[in-house]
Amino acid sequence: MHIVVCIKQVPDTADVKIDPKTNTLIREGVVSIINPFDMYAIEESIRLKEKLGGKVTAITMGPPQAENALREAISMGVDAGILVSDRAFAGSDTWATSYTLAMALKKIGDYGVIMCGKQASDGDTAQVGPGIAAHLDLPQITYVRKIEEISADHVVGERLLEEGTEVIRAPVPCVLTVVKEINEPRLPSLKGKLAAKKAQITHWKADDLKAEKGNLGLDGSPTKVVKIFTPPARQGGQIFKGEPEEIVPQLVEKLKDAVIAAAS
Amino acid sequence: MENDPIVVMKDKCVGCRLCIKSCPFGAIAMQEKLAVIELTRCTLCGACVPVCKFKAIEMRKKDAPVAGAVADLSAYRDVWIFAEQKDGRIQSITYELLGEGRKLADQLGMSLCAVLLGSGMSDKTAELVQRGADRVYVVDAPELAYFQDEPYAAVLIDLIRRHKPAIMLCGATTIGRSLVSRVAVNVRAGLTADCTGLAIDPETKNLMQTRPAFGGNIMATIITPKHRPQMATVRHKVMKEALVDASRKGETLIEKVAAEVLKSRAQRVKFVPEAETTMNIAEANIIVSGGRGLQAPENFSIVRELAEVLGAGVGSSRAAVDAGWIPYSHQVGQTGKTVCPKIYIACGISGQIQHLAGMSSSDIIVAINKDPDAPIFRVATYGLIGDLFKLVPLLTREFKKALKK
Ligand SMILES: Cc1cc2nc3c(=O)[nH]c(=O)nc-3n(C[C@H](O)[C@H](O)[C@H](O)COP(=O)(O)OP(=O)(O)OC[C@H]3O[C@@H](n4cnc5c(N)ncnc54)[C@H](O)[C@@H]3O)c2cc1C
Ligand SMILES: Nc1ncnc2c1ncn2[C@@H]1O[C@H](COP(=O)(O)O)[C@@H](O)[C@H]1O
Repeated sequence: MHIVVCIKQVPDTADVKIDPKTNTLIREGVVSIINPFDMYAIEESIRLKEKLGGKVTAITMGPPQAENALREAISMGVDAGILVSDRAFAGSDTWATSYTLAMALKKIGDYGVIMCGKQASDGDTAQVGPGIAAHLDLPQITYVRKIEEISADHVVGERLLEEGTEVIRAPVPCVLTVVKEINEPRLPSLKGKLAAKKAQITHWKADDLKAEKGNLGLDGSPTKVVKIFTPPARQGGQIFKGEPEEIVPQLVEKLKDAVIAAAS
Repeated sequence: MENDPIVVMKDKCVGCRLCIKSCPFGAIAMQEKLAVIELTRCTLCGACVPVCKFKAIEMRKKDAPVAGAVADLSAYRDVWIFAEQKDGRIQSITYELLGEGRKLADQLGMSLCAVLLGSGMSDKTAELVQRGADRVYVVDAPELAYFQDEPYAAVLIDLIRRHKPAIMLCGATTIGRSLVSRVAVNVRAGLTADCTGLAIDPETKNLMQTRPAFGGNIMATIITPKHRPQMATVRHKVMKEALVDASRKGETLIEKVAAEVLKSRAQRVKFVPEAETTMNIAEANIIVSGGRGLQAPENFSIVRELAEVLGAGVGSSRAAVDAGWIPYSHQVGQTGKTVCPKIYIACGISGQIQHLAGMSSSDIIVAINKDPDAPIFRVATYGLIGDLFKLVPLLTREFKKALKK
């Protein structure tokens, strides 16, 4: 099976700092990583290939530097990388992003399972995976925590819902989005690192995709960001120090009304 | 380049770097002492435009023609909310959407409509009307008994095309996000995820959708100026639930859909309720969370006991989940769940940025930690410095007394 995993390069949140004076995000010097959920998608794709045979292609839409994310995926065991990059994609919202990725998937053509992370840590939307499924008119299983069964023509996955697990059987091709529980991503092997260095990354631009120009980037995006601001920083509050027997009743006194209100 | 949606004018830029600092997306860099915008990273949020003292950054006008734009916006009317139900029970998020939707509808002079999909649920429409709906669209079919992505999406698409709502709100739940992402693509609507603030722009009547990004480190306000409906998912527990008014009147419309629309390629094989869950933490008003400070799985019992007295859900840090002390569904944070309860009590959690990303918008945060320098204290409304093994059981006992349990 040809498994395609969609990955996004995001700023490392552990690095994101807030300037205490201006209360703005300090972005200089922040390194980029593969979106954490996409690491699980990569690992699962490789495991499926190990079970079924075939190959795994990682695809990303992003700036030229996102090539690094593809190489990292290859170092883990992904076979090929495709970078979809063009200034025509500037200002893409999730509609245009999922459209662009769907057009790239059409160009790939022989995809079986399409893997995505549950959501990206910068936008946190969880919309691109189902969006790709909608553009390609494919079934989807979101929030997958385990793949129970897979063959060339179907997949059975466990989907994590708020109050339990749903087992879903879907025909292949289909789109899966995965949560952290699904696996433990491997570290790159030495062989993998070498392969990553040598790998030829495929570059696709807007013209390569047979995409409708009006559906790309800003023009293809129904939503517009009109304002960006930093939320007022949370002030550290009241600290109780002292003997437990003293401070606990003080806290209970402070919280009691809020607890009663929350219960009603 | 003249087609680029945003440009730095080389003759005006002096290389002062102010724009670089202002860019939340790290999309501006210096090249030969001038600012250059990396378009593939730029979201065209416009944050850099006003900070440039030399007016060197220009954005292309946003009223350029766009694909799929709706010619006559006034043909789209009413505020719709998706009434999420499970096992035939209307979920609390639905009441929160009705509360917020009512305000928006009143401001716009439009009706508030609920869309209820299910099987044998027609008797639930009164509940939706009492909570503020003027009209309830019901689609009743055995295929809709429980949530299935494909038929639910197809039915909503069908209804939206037929009735043309101006706004469509849905909970930012697992179901909600899976569902409306498909719908928005098909009806070519703008969709804003996980909103924590909604308002109507008094001039344009556009829906202003405010949401956190980067784990809550920045907020963005987003509009959908030219497409309809304006769709948004809304975070749990942020909006106030609509109250019951038994005297309210409303109409119910039973909608028929073609058999074709109800088909699903993906099929549920079975559903296994989670044994551990006492409460879905996304819906909990109070959450008591435990972290690595608990030291061993059996010690989660002291967290559970406090939670029980408070009628709270049980959460955890990733460290506790990774150690196998509690199932993943309880994990709060960047790679777990985002929660927004009235009270969040963190026991033995250090408060790393990935954990804060999932809970820092809680109303009241209580931190219990023996390390006075733990970062959790920087966001805590109340902090107890000390040994949780003493403090938490004591807290349970004192609350029992105070709440007379
Ligand atoms: C990509 C990525 C994603 C992540 N996603 C998440 C996420 O979604 N959620 C999440 O929580 N983390 C996440 N993390 C991990 C995060 O960085 C922290 O490692 C984790 O939150 C730490 O958990 P903790 O606070 O329980 O443990 P620790 O950091 O070890 O803190 C334990 C705390 O308990 C205190 N303590 C110990 N004993 C006692 C006692 N007897 N009484 C009182 N206090 C005591 C200690 O002082 C300490 O502050 C992520 C990390 C990465 C890299
Ligand atoms: N630019 C992109 N390139 C490739 N995959 C993406 C991109 N954006 C999002 N995805 C995929 O869609 C998932 C959800 O992203 P989001 O909807 O942005 O939260 C991610 O985990 C990725 O698998």
